[in-house]
This record gives sequence, C-alpha cells and structure tokens, in this order.
Amino acid sequence: MIEQLPFSLPLFWAGVLAFSILVYVLLDGFDLGIGILFGLNRNEAHRQQMMGSIAPVWDGNETWLIIVGTVLFGAFPMVYAIFLSAFYLPVALLLVALILRGVAFEFRYKDHRHRWLWDLGFIAGSVVAAFVQGAAIGAMVAGIAVEDGRFAGGPFDWVAPFPILCGIGLVLGYSLLGAGWLVLKTTGRLRDWAYRLLPRLMWGVIAFVAAALLLTLIDNFRVVDRWLAQPWLLGFPLLASAAAWGLFRGAEARRDWQPWLMASVLFVTAFAMLAGSFWPWILPYHLTFDEAAAPEASLSFLFYGVGLVVLPVILVYTGVVYWIFRGKVSPETSYH
Amino acid sequence: MDFDPITLSRLQFAFTVSFHIIFPAFTIGLAAWLATLEGLSLATGRPVFRRLFDFWLKVFAVAFGLGVVSGLVMAFQFGTNWSELSTQAGPIQGPLLAYESFTAFLLEATFFGVLLFGRERVPRWAYFVSTLMVALGTTFSAFWIMANNTWMQVPVGYELVDGRFAPHDWAEILLDPVLWVRFPHMLLGAYLTTAFCVAATGAWYLLRNRHAAEARVMLRMGLGIAAVLTPVQIGYGHSNGEYTAEHQPGKFTTIEGRWQTEQPARLVLIAWPDSANERNAFEIALPFLGSLVAQGNLSSEEPGIVTVPTDERPPFLIPFYAFRIMVGLGLMMLVISWSGLWLMLQGRLHPPAASAKATTFGSGDPRQTEASVSNLPRWFLWSTFLAWPSGFVAVLTGWLTAEVGRQPWVIHGLMRTANAVTPSLSSGAALTSLLAYLLVYTLIFSAGTLYLHRLLREGPGDERPDPSSTETGNERTPRRELAPGRPLAVGGPDPGLGSQHPAPERSSDDLSPGTYGGTA
Repeated sequence: MIEQLPFSLPLFWAGVLAFSILVYVLLDGFDLGIGILFGLNRNEAHRQQMMGSIAPVWDGNETWLIIVGTVLFGAFPMVYAIFLSAFYLPVALLLVALILRGVAFEFRYKDHRHRWLWDLGFIAGSVVAAFVQGAAIGAMVAGIAVEDGRFAGGPFDWVAPFPILCGIGLVLGYSLLGAGWLVLKTTGRLRDWAYRLLPRLMWGVIAFVAAALLLTLIDNFRVVDRWLAQPWLLGFPLLASAAAWGLFRGAEARRDWQPWLMASVLFVTAFAMLAGSFWPWILPYHLTFDEAAAPEASLSFLFYGVGLVVLPVILVYTGVVYWIFRGKVSPETSYH
Repeated sequence: MDFDPITLSRLQFAFTVSFHIIFPAFTIGLAAWLATLEGLSLATGRPVFRRLFDFWLKVFAVAFGLGVVSGLVMAFQFGTNWSELSTQAGPIQGPLLAYESFTAFLLEATFFGVLLFGRERVPRWAYFVSTLMVALGTTFSAFWIMANNTWMQVPVGYELVDGRFAPHDWAEILLDPVLWVRFPHMLLGAYLTTAFCVAATGAWYLLRNRHAAEARVMLRMGLGIAAVLTPVQIGYGHSNGEYTAEHQPGKFTTIEGRWQTEQPARLVLIAWPDSANERNAFEIALPFLGSLVAQGNLSSEEPGIVTVPTDERPPFLIPFYAFRIMVGLGLMMLVISWSGLWLMLQGRLHPPAASAKATTFGSGDPRQTEASVSNLPRWFLWSTFLAWPSGFVAVLTGWLTAEVGRQPWVIHGLMRTANAVTPSLSSGAALTSLLAYLLVYTLIFSAGTLYLHRLLREGPGDERPDPSSTETGNERTPRRELAPGRPLAVGGPDPGLGSQHPAPERSSDDLSPGTYGGTA
C-alpha cells in the first residue's frame, strides 16, 4: 500500500511539519504581535478592542504550537528529544510566558483591581514567547551540539549574539503581523495608530534582516555555501522585498487588507528561504529528515488518519470559524 | 531525597500533571453538561436551561483556560525532561499524542471560540453543534491520553528495533482491553467530578435560598447522573483492579498492603508498613475478604509483595492510601447520590404545595421562604454541598495510585524511570524550571480559584427563583447588581423585555441580544 504513494512518508511528514510551523507562525504571530503592541497602547478602550480582535481565535492559533510539538514527537522523535533538551530553559521560559499570556484573556476581565498584573503578564508573555522562538531558530541555524543522537551541550548554549538578534527580529516581525491584523480588524483611532506603527516596524524588520545577514557573512555559516551553490534561493529575498514594498504602499494608501497580507507573505518567503537553505537537514548538519524519521509503522498510522482525514477536516473548520468571525471588531461589542 | 535531575524531573512532572488533571477532570464533564443544557434548551425552549448554560459557560471558560495553558507544558515536558523516553518510545507515544492534538485540541480550541463569541453570529443549530464539538474534543483528548498512558502501564503491540520501541500492531495498542477499562474509568471520573460540582452548586443555592429554579435543575440532573454513573464507575474500578492484578503484581500487592502470600487472603483496611522486615508494623485486616475481592471466593491463594523483586517494588504509602481515599470517596458518592435520588423520588425537591402558596404574598421570614424553595432536608443539602471536591480528590488519588504504583518503571517492565531522564539535564536547570512552574501555577491557580468562586457565588444571571416569590428573592440578595426598583428584571443586558413579561417560564430572555462576549 505504501509503495504506491508518489512520495515517501518521511517527506510527507516533513511537509506537514513545515506546514504546521508556518501556520503557527502566521496565526499565533499576529496574536503574539498584538500582545506585544498591547504594551505600547495604554488606552483601555483600545486595549479591549485589541484583545477582542484575537479573543475568539487565539486559543486555536496557539494550539498549532502543540501540533508542531506532537508532529515532531510522532514523526521525528529524535529531533523532538534533542531539540527540547537543547532548549530546556528557553522552552520552560516560553511555556511560562504562554501560560501568563493565556490566562490574561479571562483574568483581566474578572479582576479589575489586579488588571495591571494580568496585562503585564499578557505583554511580557507575548514578548518573551516571540523572543524565545526567534532565539531558538537562531540557535538551530548556528548549530547545536549533538553527540550519539543526544544533545551534548550546556543549558546556556543558545545565549549568543546571533540567536539573540533573531529573538529581537521575531519580536519585531510578530509586531508587524499584529499591526497588520489591527488595521484589518479595527476602525477609528486604534486603526490610525496601527497605521502609524506599520512603516516603523517594517523598517525595524529590514534593519534586523540586514544585521542578521551581516552576522551570517562574518561567521560564514555553512548556509552561505548553500546560497552560492543554489542561487535560485535568492528569489525568496526578492519576493520578500516586493512584499515589503507592498506593505509600505498599502499602509500609505490605507488599504486595510494589504499590510497584514504583505506581512504574511514576508513570513512565508522568510520561512521558505530558511527551509530551502537547510533542506534536507531537519536538525542542521546532524540529522536529515529521512534519518530522523520514526519507523514506517508510526508514519503510516499517522498518515492514514491524520494526514488523509483529520488534517483536511481541520483546515475546513478553521476556515469556517475565521469566516464566522470575519469583519471589523466594533468598539461596542468588545470582549466581555 | 537527593535533588538530582531525576528527582527534580519527577517532582516537576508529578506537580505539573497533578495540577493539569484537575481542569480536564472538570471540563470533560462540563463540556458534556453544556452540550446537554444547550440541547435541552433547544428542544424545550425553557429559559432556565439557557440561563444555566450561560452561567456554566463562564465557569467553563475559566477552567478550560487553565486546562489549556497547563496542558501546553505537558506536551513539551516529555522532550525537555524525559528525552531518553521520547527517543526510545517516541515511535509509539508520539503518534498517540499527535492524534490527540490533531483530533482533540484543535477541535476544542476552535469551537470554544464559537461558544464564547459566536452566539450572535451563527444559527442556533450551529451553536449546538459547536457545543457538541467541544465535548467531542475533550472526549477524544481523554481517549488518546489514556491510550498513551495505558501503553506505558501495560505495553503491547510493540517490537524492539535498535533499542527503540517500534509499533508492531496498532490495533493491539488501541483495542487493548486494559485501555477499554481505563478510558471509561477516567471518563466516568470526569463526569462524576462535574456532576458533583453541579449538584453541590445547586445545594449551595438552595441552602442560601437563591436561584431556586436553576438549583433544582442542577440538583436533579447532577445527582441523577451521579446516581446512575457511580455504580458503573465502581464496576469499572473493579475491572481496573483485575488488570492490575494480572499485569502489575507490584502495584496490586502494594495496594492490597499484603507482604506475604496468603491463602485464604485477608483484606487489609489500614496499615503502616515495615519494609525492612517485609511486613506491616500495624494493620487492621478482615479475614477471607482479600480472596473474595480478588477471585470471588473465600479460599484462593493471593500473592504478597515478597513475590516481586525488591528493586521492582513501588513505594508503599502513596498507592496504598491514595487507593483507599479514592474508594472511600466512590462509596460516599454512591450514598449521597442514592439518598438524593430517594428524596427526589419522594417529591422533596419541590416545596410542599402549602408553603408555595404562602410565599405568593411575599413573606419576609427567611425560614418560611427557605421552605418554599425545596423540601429537602438541610443535612442532605449540606452533605451534597460539601461533596463538591470529591470528584477532584478521587481523580487525583486514582492517578497517584496508578502512577506511583507502577514505579520504578516508566514503561512497565521495560524501561525504568531513572533511565528515561534527559542525560544533559543539570540539577540547576531542572530546579529553575520546577520553581518557575511552582510560582506561576500557584499564582494562576489562586487567581483562577478565586474567580471561579466569585462566579459561582454570583450565580446565574437571572435572579428569579420563582415567578411568585421574586420580591423576597431580591431582598435577600443585596449583592446582586439588579436595580431594586425592577424586581422582575431579567438580569444583565435586557431588563426592558423581561419586565414586560414577568411571570411565565417562556419569557423572552432567550431573545436578549446582549450576550456577545458570552463570559461577560
């Protein structure tokens, strides 16, 4: 039965993994971004609108992180084990951040006296979650110590200039997605505010990309060789530049849908560039996706249930629910 | 106790999983309860079901949120702290957990958004379907978790390939008879937890003479469900004992508290172990009953702890006592729910006709109004109210029995817990994360409990215990934010409509538009 498939199961699951990461980044990206921007806006009415714009969907968005984790566990258990032990403290930090951020959606409306505390948790949680994700990706790119299929480094290996830069970069990037989402979902002064933020955040992201490129060239990561060997990869940065231009234009012309869409395109191209630069490594320079894959019995069990049935159903109902909550969040019908 | 990475990781896992299970134990049942209420509301059109739904949805929102965020930690902890287990058993455990996140988590989370914010945006049938989807999601979640845990308790359908556990036969793993007694046991545990919370809330309101209409529904349904499910649950509990006796002699003999093999075996009720001498330093035991419980006769030979090698024995005290607490609570649930059923069958849920008539004229005497709300004895209402935590404690002690009882194994008979821990993990890192979780969980648990208590104290939005006795109802509840000048007002967003239709059950509050943002 397996032989008849036009692709190998490890390839299929690497694809699902990549897809899940991308969906996670795009969806939780804008709502983490709103959590970050929340800290820059002290107006309570605006804050309620900001939260209201993500309240019905944030939980589903964040669930894609668990999807990523369990796909790794199910299809690439070695990577799951190595990655999570390598990032022990950052992962703990990420989880604590997501906990504080998650409870804020309910708690800030239940307790006016301590609202400042839950708001602080919401902001700090969002910033830390974004930063840690960026830093982890940066540390992966820079390479982690693996011996004998196990992590062989220390708990602070990820504290280095490149990962930290990537952490800051992702905070900026998610803010950009968040500002795009605000423009799309809100009206009035809040939307004006988000429109003003967009070009500044875009410049911030551009500065980050420049700095990251510079560091990469200085350290001469192996990835540069890949770029030189496969110059078609450079198409992605070109596409990204077009998206950045589209974002500036959209913000200027005040086309509400454009900045969010362009920011998302930006993330898609960045992700494609990242994946293309390392393919077929799943844990750069230690394990390829083929080597890391679980036995075929695990992958086919997942394939016939999740791959063929459940995943399409998920895409349908996620789409339906986003459609149900389409349109602007009006200031009157804010959360709670 | 050494604070090495293994001990710290075990503490952390025990703490985070115990914290987490409290919320699913509640929300699995609550999701089913909400779907039932919405279905009843749809079928009968009675506003009381809608009021109950809106009220319990607020409770669900807080509990579900806490369950989600604490569950997040569980999904990653296998990799951070137990990477050897993940590497070696990942091919089996990973797909099971992946199935959970694909079939359960996304379903729950996505339709939960519709429950909270979609009331005004989707047709009623679609809203009802959303409640069903959330309930289905929580049930799926329980299934996959039990499948995963059962495989660790009684590993089947695997083969060893290069030192790793590869799945050999998924049907054997998913159709394992052990799974099919443990999964219902967990599901029923969750339903009973919720049933007792619901019934206790009803009892609480009747004791305080508030929300009588809602309280009666909660008592009737909560106790009714518990009366039916508790005996079934006790049956499944017994089946759990049977698989344990067959597959996990270390756990079974420890639960029984029996050191030496006996024929016929006694039933040890209470004991204090003397592990060095392989006997109990103190015990109260009943003759013959050990054989009766295990084999259904009075003469069978039953093994003792000594039949298990010393380095494969679990600790004594936790499984032994946790098991007894769980069983005791199960029996208590049976007594309360059947007493309740008995009282309700006698018609004592409703006030006697005479006193109901008396309150029509708005008596100010509290004792008399109390009589008007129901005719249930106060001792019964108090016991039901005080039984609210019984489900939570039973679920927790049940898990303690199962998990501590299987030590020193993480995969029973195949992999020791001590060999499962992440090799690169340092004590400092493990201690840091443990303290961080302790701190954050304490914070959110205290706040969450406080907010839940507030919600429950406030009660359903509509303060209208009985069409004929509302004035008394309002006088007795000054906390409510209702304007005293509008004694018959429908709570919250739409007082105008409600006051035009004061008495009948089928008032127009189902049409009130202000419920967007459900958990207001």
